[in-house]
Amino acid sequence: MSADGASLADFFASPTVQGALVVGSVVAVVTGIIGIFTVMRRQSFAGHALADLGAVGGSGAFLVGLSQLWGFVGAGILAALLMEAIGIRRLQGRDIATGVVFGFGMGLTALFLFWDTTIDNTSNAAVSVLFGSLFVLDPNLIPTVIVLGIVALVLLGTVYRWLLIESVDHDLAVARGVPVRVAGIVFLIALALAVELSSLTIGAILSTALLIGPASTALQITRRFGLAVALSATLGTAVTWAGCFISYESHYWAGPRGNWPVSFCIVALTFLLYLGTRIAVALRHTIRPSTGLPAAPPGLESTAGGGS
Amino acid sequence: MSDLQDASGGVLSARRIDVSFSGHRVLSQVDLTVGAHEFVGLIGANGAGKTTLLRVLLGVLKPSSGLVHRPPRGGLRGGIGYLPQKVSLDPDAPLRAWDVVALGIDGGRLGLPVRNRRFHERVDEILDAVGASAFAMQRLGDLSGGQQQRVLLAHALVSDPALLLLDEPLANLDPASARDVVELLDRLRRRTPLSIVMTAHDMNLLLPVLDRIVYLAGGRAVTGTPDEVVREDVLTQLYGRSIRVLRVEGRIIVLADEGGRLPNEEHPVATSGERS
Repeated sequence: MSADGASLADFFASPTVQGALVVGSVVAVVTGIIGIFTVMRRQSFAGHALADLGAVGGSGAFLVGLSQLWGFVGAGILAALLMEAIGIRRLQGRDIATGVVFGFGMGLTALFLFWDTTIDNTSNAAVSVLFGSLFVLDPNLIPTVIVLGIVALVLLGTVYRWLLIESVDHDLAVARGVPVRVAGIVFLIALALAVELSSLTIGAILSTALLIGPASTALQITRRFGLAVALSATLGTAVTWAGCFISYESHYWAGPRGNWPVSFCIVALTFLLYLGTRIAVALRHTIRPSTGLPAAPPGLESTAGGGS
Repeated sequence: MSDLQDASGGVLSARRIDVSFSGHRVLSQVDLTVGAHEFVGLIGANGAGKTTLLRVLLGVLKPSSGLVHRPPRGGLRGGIGYLPQKVSLDPDAPLRAWDVVALGIDGGRLGLPVRNRRFHERVDEILDAVGASAFAMQRLGDLSGGQQQRVLLAHALVSDPALLLLDEPLANLDPASARDVVELLDRLRRRTPLSIVMTAHDMNLLLPVLDRIVYLAGGRAVTGTPDEVVREDVLTQLYGRSIRVLRVEGRIIVLADEGGRLPNEEHPVATSGERS
């Protein structure tokens, strides 16, 4: 156990880890909060779409020598505006067309990543676009990540009540004078920022795990809105920290197969947390059934009692 | 109620409303004026265009042609309170009945909510008025249809609107609760500057309180007091077929005059009575 203690100290002493924990926490809080709204608005598909299209920017950024952060964010916001222009409800209703377009986005990403490998030593581009770069992030980017996270939360906070009332009912929001289209655009941009920050840390392919996983876990646990938001942000941060730790430690545990990717650790923990919560909730309902169940008819009860 | 006549132009007016969905005419040349304190019923069978007309009046549906004048929206008071037939809320969404009613006051505002004690009292008061206090802290998605309707009515009323547009507010209520709600609405519109437009497929509970009926059938409408509209000659002309209006133990039943069973599909007549 003393070895564990020492490595825990090593873990927190490492500047790489410190940077990863700061960035990871910011991203987890932002995605956790925005994730609750995403689930309530049934727009997790939009999260996937923004991740796929953001990856085009992330991979393209390497070609022009930009940081992938700006590629992700630029492409994500463009994609959000495009989705709004086409009409998000229409997109949602047309799975096939939507799938083909976003599939093409991943195709472009593949092409850009291939070209990336032809330019000097950027062979890591594929890994860092698709699977994230939490442990190899340029420390100079940390302030930018924090600012973008704050921007996303401020946007969300601005239209907070508009989003809530629209989640109850579209017509109800219109009756209260809510410009639902403006609310939708602002939310999509906040969502794009959250997804792209998540792409930066755990990769474009896995980014929606951090968006949807903690949020849907929190919604299983609590019925109160404020609590769900807080819980989602907390769970997201917890799996991020635990994921960082396991990834760091796997170097010692797993020998040659160690150094598990941090994105794998985070996503795996997110999944296990969700699964565990579902099972716990299901068990609680089985063991302690709701009082709404009809009582057994008295005749049946006495018969059963007499038989035993 | 002499002030009804004085209300020139009224709280709400709609002129020559036409609505078509992909070539199919749903509403045709419908006129409607609602004065201050008035209680107007949009009556008709399912599919007669009641909800469509209500959504046009609310402004979420643009008519193919025609004009609507609505009360101005401003500040806490005034504007339109709306109760949809059914909300699209995700059943798992973590919103309690109380939250939904609170959004009726400040749901249109920007930023994070700062809600003082007066705000809380107002929400509690209106929940109490509609008989929804008992389940105020439950999630909307966990409530029964009738309970949800009470909560949504509280949502519509909480901002002191000048006009209430209610879509089948009695549909999921048992007769006693429905009578309570009608009495509450009647009391409110008499005491406060409130006008009400409400759809119903059964007009019987409403007849004692309605100033005016807009009777819809086949996309067309006749408007007038209940006595002017619910007549065999008027409805026969509206439906374009022979209609009988029966008065049985104080209830009015509108029937197609064909005897025997009524063909379901093409039978656009609002009946009343034994519908659950």
